[in-house]
Formats: sequence, structure tokens, C-alpha cells
Amino acid sequence: MKTFSWVSVSSALLLSVGLIGCSGGESSSSDGGSGGGDEPVELEFLVADSVNTRGLEAVAEAAEEELNISVTFDIRPGGPEGENVVKTRLATGEIADMMIYNAGALLETINPTRNFVDLSEEPYMDKMMENYKETVSFGDGVYGVPSQSSNVGGWLYNKTIYEELGLEIPETWDELMENMQAVKDAGYTAAVGAFDEISRTQIPVLADYYNVQKLAPDFAEEYTAGDAKFADTPAALRSFEKAYELGPGGNDFYNEDFNATTHEQGMAMLATGEAAHFANLSNVLPTIEDNHPKQVENIGIFPQPADGEHEPGFTVWMPNAILISQSSENKEAAKKWVEFYMSDEGQRIFAENFDSIGPYVVEGVEIPDDAYAAVKQMQPYFDEGRTAPALEFVSPIKGANLPQILSEVGGGFMSPEEGAEMYDQDAERQAQQLGIEDW
Amino acid sequence: MNANNNRMYSYYFLLPAGIIYFVFFLFPTLMSFFYSMTWWTLTDWEFIGFENFITFFESPSLRIGFRNTLFFAGTAVTGKVILGLLIAVFLTSKIRNKDMLRSIVFFPVLISAIAVGATFGVLMHPTDGIINNGLNLIGLPSVDWLGNPNLAIFSVAFTDIWRGVGIATVIFIAGIMAIPGDYKEALKIDGGNTFQEFRHIILPLSRPAMNTVIILALIDGLRNFDLVWAMTGGGPGFSSDVLASIIYKQYASGFYGLATAGNVILFFFVACIAFPVFKFINRKEVDL
Repeated sequence: MKTFSWVSVSSALLLSVGLIGCSGGESSSSDGGSGGGDEPVELEFLVADSVNTRGLEAVAEAAEEELNISVTFDIRPGGPEGENVVKTRLATGEIADMMIYNAGALLETINPTRNFVDLSEEPYMDKMMENYKETVSFGDGVYGVPSQSSNVGGWLYNKTIYEELGLEIPETWDELMENMQAVKDAGYTAAVGAFDEISRTQIPVLADYYNVQKLAPDFAEEYTAGDAKFADTPAALRSFEKAYELGPGGNDFYNEDFNATTHEQGMAMLATGEAAHFANLSNVLPTIEDNHPKQVENIGIFPQPADGEHEPGFTVWMPNAILISQSSENKEAAKKWVEFYMSDEGQRIFAENFDSIGPYVVEGVEIPDDAYAAVKQMQPYFDEGRTAPALEFVSPIKGANLPQILSEVGGGFMSPEEGAEMYDQDAERQAQQLGIEDW
Repeated sequence: MNANNNRMYSYYFLLPAGIIYFVFFLFPTLMSFFYSMTWWTLTDWEFIGFENFITFFESPSLRIGFRNTLFFAGTAVTGKVILGLLIAVFLTSKIRNKDMLRSIVFFPVLISAIAVGATFGVLMHPTDGIINNGLNLIGLPSVDWLGNPNLAIFSVAFTDIWRGVGIATVIFIAGIMAIPGDYKEALKIDGGNTFQEFRHIILPLSRPAMNTVIILALIDGLRNFDLVWAMTGGGPGFSSDVLASIIYKQYASGFYGLATAGNVILFFFVACIAFPVFKFINRKEVDL
């Protein structure tokens, strides 16, 4: 017995030492950091490997001269794996001084009011467009600034194939299906299926949200409140049906090996003219340019059309947010850096070096003249107001299993109704885990 | 032994190991039992009783997960025992280049599961993979090894057998080598053939080795994660999800309490299968 108590006492001691160590780490985050130009400060900036850092690097270079604050980029994986890295590093207090993370629903899952610095008092706040600010506002604070231009979800298409077959940009879903059939009959792949990168299986549903909110204007609100579901809202269920129609369950428009095709291979198929369509976000354009510099001008984009009830419009993805960690030891320096980034000069440098993938959400920043052809194609939709933010920016509810569910629906292994029901259950679990009432 | 002998070493000698065992095993395990009953964000927690377990059991892919986990473990054990034993018998017989062949058989064990998964992912590619190209060459149709939901888990199980059979073989070789030569000599004097040697000497007397292989393969199979994740990510859809990959996905979504509840379930699931099996096969063990 005596021995046992010794064991427990000493291990308890050991543990408490460990615990003290932990709490010490949390509270020791002082607001030090000079960054006034006297002493050089080095900031760590955590970004996903999918982020195009050209614009940020140029700003960082200028900021280093101006403010004597240097930035080192710390690269993390993208997608759910990267979200996990961020969550774990936040919880263990090992997070970088600054980081880029999704705005909207996903940002809410990492507790912004606790983890990040409130920027609502900063001078550049008025320059941020209202609909962007909403996606980074929680409680009374505003926690992020846009890390790039906005981008849209829709159908990237190969113009050469369109010209060769004499196809027009489709105004309705049926026209899109006809176009695809024509492409398929001509011996090309009608639509790229790149299900190896599972997150892209969501695009036909997520990019359909412009149509959903046109047909069911209160959907987002009722969805957040738990009153509307995908399965029992016809306009929303239609999105799942569209995803189904593309795959082997419907018209079988995907490439034969869609389950094993990687995103990179999919982009190559589109760029080289092997395939005609690819449902994707416009933020893939810089990657296509990197790999196929000659062909990128040959790629256009159009929104996912509805069934003829209204003119097509784009679903817009708000830019990811730059956030400053609450636990950073260089908060002041990081704030100065962000201020420089948001200044007219900073934004000019950024827009010059970043390949714009859509309109900017900071006032006074225009798409440069040498932007991608596809980006220029978007402009009329924005001018005419035919755009809507994606559901994840107007509702905090986004189930985690949507990619898996849609890979089954798109692959023809599950009916759209089953998929929508399953996703509603999945979203319900997300709501419970987020602690949202009424679900 | 008399009482004096028992007191020769102080129990304090157990302390270093005891502390390590407590801090790195017992304490986290007990904590996980607690956190499985909370709503947990790594920094905050709130006690919610068994709600996580209910949510976990309501998870749509869970039934597939249990079925796949059992299937995977069963296939892995069967495959590794049969193949491992056959290869071991072959490699302990009188053949040339024995050492080199043994190294080759053991080689896959040295490769990380992720690398094996990635390699087999390429080999099993539906249109460019060498396996399908080979099939086409002899006039057979292509098979979508990892993309067909009914087939994906078979393909992963096959890869796991390829990867794990080396360990099984080495254990069997050690077991077979430990069989005293007298038995074989006696068999020879009585005029027995090779098959009889296998049936009546090698098979019963390599029982301890077989038990080790079964237990190791079973536990490995039940908690397999890396290979499944590298090859299919649980897909297409949820069709090749095993318990561990379901748990990982909950964790990746930030549902830490729920993921911990899943781990507690996995813990009891493995324990409930492994302990009875262990008891059962040990009872049948033969002393050399």
C-alpha cells in the first residue's frame, strides 16, 4: 500500500508540474514586440499549401523595408487535414503570429473571439466591403481582413472545344446537359471528375447556391434555425440531383477513372483540351497557369445554371481571412503589418503581384487589365448584381461529411434524396457540436 | 521460494517504469473515459453524459465501419497465418539462397504503411495501373480496385496482407526452427513423407508461433488506420471506412469529445474480441 501511494504522489507531482507549465504558456502572452523600426521583428505566418503567396510575399518584402518587420511563411496542408493542424496548434498554444483561415462557417468553429485579435478599431475597417465584414464578424468584433480577391464557383470550360463544336454558354441546366452530350459524342470527356481530391466533389452543390437562394430566399435563415433542410426544400434538393445527373447514376459525363483522378490531373485534362468542363472554384486558375501557362487564356467560366426560372448567376466564395493570434508575442508588430497590407500602397502591391481570381472586397482595388480571361468573364455578373455568397458565408452550419456524401451521389452509388437526408443528419451533428440551439 | 527471497528487491525499483506507465498510458486512458462524456473543444469542456456515444452510434457510416473492421481483421489474420506458414515452411526447407529469400519476404515490413498505400494506389489505378494493364494484356477486363465501393475494402485488405506477411513469416520461421530435430528424425525412421511432417510435426508444434501471429494480426487489423487512409481515405463515400478512420474524421472535424467517445468504443471493441481469442487459443497451446 505504501508503495502505491508513493507512486501516485510522485506522478501527481509530475503531472501538476506539467499542468503549471501549460497554464504558464497561456498567460505569458504579453503585448511586447516593438516593430517601430528600431528592432527587427520576425513574424511567423501560417498559410495553407494551396494558397498562392505571390501577392503576400511582395507585400512582405515592402513591409520589411518600411517597418523592419519580416515575415516567414509556415506552410501547412490544406483541406480538413490543415484545419486539424490549426485546431491542434491553437489548443496547444503553438499557433503562429498570423495565419490565413477560411472566413464564415469554418472560422466560427475555431472560436475567433477567444483566439484572435479584434481589429474593429483599426483605421482600415471602413475600406472592407460590408458583405465581407459580416463573414469575419463575431459578437462585437471583427477578426480578419481579406487575404486575396474573392473567387467564384462555377463551370470552367475549354473554349477551343466550345468553338470547335459551336457551343454557346448554357443559360439553363438542360442546355448544359445538351452541351455535355455534344462534347461526349465528339469523343472528348464531357466533365472532369477528380474525386481523388474529395473536397471538389462538393462544387456542383455548393456552386448551385445562387439558384437555391433565388428560388427559396429564406433558405439560409431557416436552415440556420433548423426549420429548413436540404431534403425537404425542393430548390436545395435540386442541387443534389444535379450532382447525381453528372455521374454514372445519371448521364455518365465524367471520365472513366474519375474516382482515382487527382485534382492536378483534372486541371491538366481541362487545360490540354482532353475534357471540356470542370466544376471548380476560380481560385484554381493560378495553378493552371503554373502548369499550363499557354492554355490558361483558353479557359472560360460560366455559372451553374438553374432550370430556366431565372438568369444564371455566380455563387461567390469570400476570401480567406488573415488573422492575428491572441497568443502571439508580437501582436503590435502583426497589427502594424496588417495595417500596411491594408493600406493603399499595400493593396496596390498585392494586386500587382497576385493573380486575381475574382473581384476584390477592399474598396478601391480593381481587377488589373492583365487578369485571366475567365476573371474578366465574371465582371458583368458582378456589375449586374447576379451574385450571391456561398451558403457557408451566410450560415454557420456546414456538415463535415459533405465531400464523402457527394462522392457517393456523384459516383452513382447513392440517390440524391438519400444523400440530402444523410447530409441533413450530418449538419445536425455539426450544429450540436457547435452548440447551436434548436437543432 | 521463501519470504526472504521475495524481499530482496524493493518495490521502489518499479517506480520509474510505473511513473511512465501511469503518465503515458493509464492517465490518458482514464482521462479519455472522462472526456468521452463531454462536449470538448480542447480548451473548454462541458459534461453531457452519454450523448457522444449515442451520436456516434447514430453515425450513418458506423455500421459499415464495424463490418469493415471485422472483415478487415478477419481477412488479415487468415491471409497472414496461411501465407506466412506456407512461406515459412518453404524457407526452412532445403533450398538455395535461403537468406536472400528471407530478406525479400521481410522487406515490405520495413516500408511505411503510407508509402505502401501510395504505391498500391498507383498500381491499382483503374486506367493506368500496372495491375489492370496486366489484366488487359491477357484479355481480362479492367477492375476498379479502389473506386468500386464493393471492392475497395478487399483491395486494402489484400495490400495489408502483402505488407504484414513478412512479420508472420519471421515468427513462423522462428517457431519451426525451434522444433527439436528428434521429432523429424523419428518421422524419417518411421518412413513419413513431407506432407506428414507438416501435418503431424510442424503444424502442431508451431502452435505458439501461430498464436502470436493471430493475436498480432488481429489487433493490428482491428485498429488499422494508416493503410486505409492512404489508399482510399475511407471512400468511395464511406464504403471502406473502418472504426479508426471514422474516429479520425470526427477528430478532424473538431468533434473532440465525439472522437474520444469513438476511441473508447474502439478500445472496448478490440478488448472484447482480442481477450477471448487470446484465452481461447492459449488454452490449446501444446508444450514442447
